[in-house]
Amino acid sequence: MAIGNTTTLTKLLVVALGMFGFGFALVPFYYKICEVTGINSGDEQTLVKNTQVDTSRWVTLEFDANTNAGLPWQFKPKQRMLKVHPGQLVQVEYEVVNNSDQAIVGQAVPSYGPRRAAEFFKKIECFCFTPQTLAAGERRRMPVLFVLDPAMDKDVNTVTLSYTFFDTGIKAKKTELPQVRPHG
Amino acid sequence: MSDAAHAHDDHGHHAHPTGIMRWLTTTNHKDIGSLYLFFALFMLFVAGSMALLIRAELFQPGLQLVHPDFFNQLTTMHGLIMIFGVIMPAFSGFANWQVPLMLGAPDMAFPRMNNWAFWLLPVAGFFLLVSFWLPGGAVAGGWTMYPPLFIQGGISYDLTILAVHIMGLSSIMGSINIITTILNMRAPGLTLMKMPLFVWTWLITAYLLIATMPVLAGAVTMLLTDRNFGTHFFNAAGGGDPVMFQHIFWFFAHPEVYILILPAFGIVSQVIPTFARKPLFGYASMVYATASIAVLSFIVWAHHMFTVGMPVTAQLFFMFSTMLIAVPTGVKVFNWVATMWKGSMTFETPMLFAIAFVCLFTIGGFSGLVLAIAPVDIQLHDTYYVVAHFHYVLVSGALFAIFAGLYYWLPKWTGHMYNETLGKWHFWLSVIGMNIVFFPMHFLGLAGMPRRIPDYALQFTEFNQIATVGAFIFGFSQLILLTVVLKAIKGGEKATTQVWEGAEGLEWTVPSPAPYHTFETAPVVK
Repeated sequence: MAIGNTTTLTKLLVVALGMFGFGFALVPFYYKICEVTGINSGDEQTLVKNTQVDTSRWVTLEFDANTNAGLPWQFKPKQRMLKVHPGQLVQVEYEVVNNSDQAIVGQAVPSYGPRRAAEFFKKIECFCFTPQTLAAGERRRMPVLFVLDPAMDKDVNTVTLSYTFFDTGIKAKKTELPQVRPHG
Repeated sequence: MSDAAHAHDDHGHHAHPTGIMRWLTTTNHKDIGSLYLFFALFMLFVAGSMALLIRAELFQPGLQLVHPDFFNQLTTMHGLIMIFGVIMPAFSGFANWQVPLMLGAPDMAFPRMNNWAFWLLPVAGFFLLVSFWLPGGAVAGGWTMYPPLFIQGGISYDLTILAVHIMGLSSIMGSINIITTILNMRAPGLTLMKMPLFVWTWLITAYLLIATMPVLAGAVTMLLTDRNFGTHFFNAAGGGDPVMFQHIFWFFAHPEVYILILPAFGIVSQVIPTFARKPLFGYASMVYATASIAVLSFIVWAHHMFTVGMPVTAQLFFMFSTMLIAVPTGVKVFNWVATMWKGSMTFETPMLFAIAFVCLFTIGGFSGLVLAIAPVDIQLHDTYYVVAHFHYVLVSGALFAIFAGLYYWLPKWTGHMYNETLGKWHFWLSVIGMNIVFFPMHFLGLAGMPRRIPDYALQFTEFNQIATVGAFIFGFSQLILLTVVLKAIKGGEKATTQVWEGAEGLEWTVPSPAPYHTFETAPVVK
């Protein structure tokens, strides 16, 4: 009898340990299910998913870059012009160089032409969302990720996106990011 | 092997340790069963007092007696202790006493492990209760331990996680013991399909415990490492997902609610045939119904979390699978009623509690069906309707079955008949009090009163006052239970071997009180 009991004990212990492991196995299992079924993807931009690409028309985008007087930075877009469909996910890059001998905190502020285009220019990621700190002589390439809303008026076929970098006047510090409201 | 050696030792007639050491070192299934039952009885009064404090605060809108944070501690600890410190230990007590007696076995399979399984419990209970006096007080995040609250609290949260680990370990050890005893130590001729239904339900419950307790242990381990070791299982700031905790937790906790009710089904299935003086109707269908409830319990967990934002297909799946459980449960209720049908019924206290169980548990089952409907549940989620539902299945379900079993087997354990008059008083005050507390909560929930809040809107006042009055009736009538138990231990009318006229089974063939050692030579079952 005692032998039989020990065997049963061993089997049941294995089951218990297995189920302890199963609890942890549920973690990757959960993420896999979410990935396969496409649920729980709250961290992605639903905006992009819901946008229908309007292939029936082209819009010409022009990119412009300026620095406010007194900011010793060189700032330019990597491409001057781009033709896109509304609804298409687009990424462009800007390059900025700090020509001075000290770290400066700058903030880019966008403007649009025509002005009404601002509400259809949906930015997902932009260097203008946060202040940028550039060390002396630093060169940085910065992306803008956006979608042009297909709801934009049909008669608009050229949109200009223009950024101007301002000196925030805040002392650059590594630890403390200045609390400037992001524009966009 | 050493377990077996010790068991052998104890069965020799050496001098037994006396006093506290007798109870600390005991490996006798009857001693350990009694310890479990005393522990559960003590904890019933502890967690019951918390419930009365909660109800006293809710007697009027506004804040009267307790600080809101302390109120949250009370609701949390009331839930944790009632589940892990009262219902589960009480059922384990019944199992320890009755399973060997019903199987004709001399003791449990692993007596030393049995001792450990019990003595871990007071340690866990101490950790839970002592946290009230720690900085920040006891845990206040709800018995479901959801993050993010549960990964933000103070030291008592770590202590509670440790207590849950210990209680889980105790349950697993107890379950292994019960399964091994049932599978290996039945009297010759006692085949599985001849076992009393109480043993069957405990066999299935023990399997559920072994399958789910480790999952809970895993979940709280993840909470622990999230809190202390920089992991991000549930911490959204680190890329984790708090909703995942709910999935893992309810994967454990839905089977857990059947762990809390299946042994109750077993007790009622013993009591009703005795007092109806008829064999249980549909024995085999009872066994299969119990097993199918256990299997289904693994695929319904997300009905506890319809509001987290599931896809419609998932909601439909969990809704229909939940409703499916009503089928085997209905089979059981039908069988109990059919057992009573044309029986020569008498209404001693155990039978009264068993009949109340059948009626009131069914009400709780029906409100469960209402909550299973996803669109309705989204309205009723976290309202008093849910509180009403689970108290109907846990108080008039599990607890009443425990009362029924206690009155039923008390004469066999103590050798004395309990005081029937006091028993009847206890029954009527309990059943009336219980309904006064919990029935109005259905209306409160339908009207939108949220649970776990110390204050409420004025229009809920009347029903809350009724509930509070009922709670005090119900709570104080448990002192009668205490009196009955103590009186039966001290003395009273001598119980016969069979105790009840209609009682059948091996446990009624040993003298009352059951001797310290029984079935040292196995009986033969024809």
